Amino acid sequence: MKEFTYVIQDPVGLHARPAGFLLRRAKNYHSSVLVKAPSGREANAAKLMALMSMGAKAGDTLTFILEGDDEEVAAADLQQYLPEIL
Amino acid sequence: MTTIQGHGASAGVTCGPLYLFRRPPAPVYADTAEDPGAEWARFKSAQTRASLQLAGLARRALRQGGQKAADLFETHQLLAEDLDFEDAVQRSIRLDGLTAEAAVNKSAEQFARMFREMDDAYMQARGDDILDVGRRILRILSGRAEGRLELEWPVILVSDELAPSETIQLDKSKILAFVTEGGSANSHTAILARTMGIPAVFGAEGLLRPEYEGQEAFVDGETGQIVLDADDETRDALLEKQQVQARLAQLLRALKGQPNRTLDGRELEVVCNISGPGDLPAVRANDGGGVGLLRSELLYLQSTVLPGEEEQLDFYRSVLEPLHGQRAVIRTLDIGADKQVDYLPLPAEENPALGMRAVRLCLTRPDLFRVQLRALYRASAYGNLAILFPMVSSPWEFTACRALCEQVQRELTQEGVAFCRDVPLGVMIETPAAAMMSEELAQVADFFSVGTNDLTQYTLACDRQSGQLDQFYDPHHPAVLRMIRRAAKAIHRHGKWIGICGELAGDVQMTELFVAMGIDELSVSPSQVLPVRNTLRSLDSRVNGPRLLEELGE
Repeated sequence: MKEFTYVIQDPVGLHARPAGFLLRRAKNYHSSVLVKAPSGREANAAKLMALMSMGAKAGDTLTFILEGDDEEVAAADLQQYLPEIL
Repeated sequence: MTTIQGHGASAGVTCGPLYLFRRPPAPVYADTAEDPGAEWARFKSAQTRASLQLAGLARRALRQGGQKAADLFETHQLLAEDLDFEDAVQRSIRLDGLTAEAAVNKSAEQFARMFREMDDAYMQARGDDILDVGRRILRILSGRAEGRLELEWPVILVSDELAPSETIQLDKSKILAFVTEGGSANSHTAILARTMGIPAVFGAEGLLRPEYEGQEAFVDGETGQIVLDADDETRDALLEKQQVQARLAQLLRALKGQPNRTLDGRELEVVCNISGPGDLPAVRANDGGGVGLLRSELLYLQSTVLPGEEEQLDFYRSVLEPLHGQRAVIRTLDIGADKQVDYLPLPAEENPALGMRAVRLCLTRPDLFRVQLRALYRASAYGNLAILFPMVSSPWEFTACRALCEQVQRELTQEGVAFCRDVPLGVMIETPAAAMMSEELAQVADFFSVGTNDLTQYTLACDRQSGQLDQFYDPHHPAVLRMIRRAAKAIHRHGKWIGICGELAGDVQMTELFVAMGIDELSVSPSQVLPVRNTLRSLDSRVNGPRLLEELGE
């Protein structure tokens, strides 16, 4: 299991567009990607509506938990990718 | 005359016949089915079709409206394929014995409700997206073609609420404006309308009446007004507004991306005066080169408590970040006895304009000022910030401001917070004293901006709020213009730059004189950017410049 946090920079929060980008990126990994919001809600990154309905806003710290055979590489890739989209 | 008041969603005035859009009735279907396996297979096949259609619409939107328009349909495609949505449909089919249609309908409504119950206007508007996706799958299941609107001539399209997929398939050359009874500023129709530059109004309740069909109406996408049977006065006002906008649109096409350069090669910055992030779309739409004056008062006036550091940081950042490196000059707090806020009681004054306001208040209450300066410096990490101090009359006032800035920088360094170390600090020239002291001020400040409204009021000793004094309040008065010229000369001697941010900056009659004075930047309301650029590009400063300066004197 690989875990890291990311603070949302996008002023609208985790809205449809970044959620869509996140979902498409996560599809490339073998690992599962679980996202947790400060509200305690969590979502599988493969599910768009679940991601959006977390209601994560700008400045919220999201926790990403990856689990699978490529979790190291995938987590590194995602950490690099997130600032571009969120 | 009948006026219906909605909410403006995309600016522009237009006039034309109303066309009431009626959606074809929803397909009728059975609720329950015998064979869940067959229903599931029908759903999967319709879902795949929907997904392909949406991918096609995304490509079409990309061509018509750019990436932003395409994003909507890419989101819809992901919604159609969403695993939770699919699970809900599957449960309804397998456990409740519903038909594919009933299952899709029930699931879409369930998720739409979830979005609508969220506490965020953006997310609430996403409920319409999932309903739109649900309707698409239903249409495919019932073998119906998508409703298509064939318009013969340009109309104002009135509907209860348009689905994004309906909006994108319309022939835009036949749409003068979008008006919806429902919807919101965040709905896709509103976003698309703005992207395409078509006026739009939402929330115009009471317009969907059969007797209005075909009637001529005016739509003002800025004020949200719909006017039927306009009286002569209203008609003239709206037609004039329409002409001004048409001229701007024409200028925009011709001048967008062109430099603000005179025929003899003098280039000025032409930037915008704004009150908050909400004005940035207008800055972009008019090709403004950045922000020459953000009045931070809005932040204070719209709040019921003293805005804290985090709230201020968010506000400044939401202006700086979207500018992508273009400069934003932010003016520090300028309130006083004439602009009161409840949470900061100030004693009544005989002459509020000459009283405890702006930098005087800030230097008297460093506790207030410090919060703003901390927020500004923290925001400096997110863009190209310059800080402007209003109502400075003496060099020591500016030096005191700079000392406070340095103190804040030390604090932030100790706390390990990121900020920009060389934020330019400027003086607003709006008192005659500042103009007369410009030589000394230029030795300590990094840049200057002339606030012509206050400079006129103080130079002419003429209250700008008083309607009776209109004939005496003359911003073109030589006394005011000489002040500006004097300041410009002194400031340039010290290698600093000077801008003008008052209303006079956008007065195209004055542009030629300002160029002659060597003014470096004009900060104007967004709608004046292109008229000023147009004036600059058609003048040669060598022709009248020397004579204008000689006539002015100083």
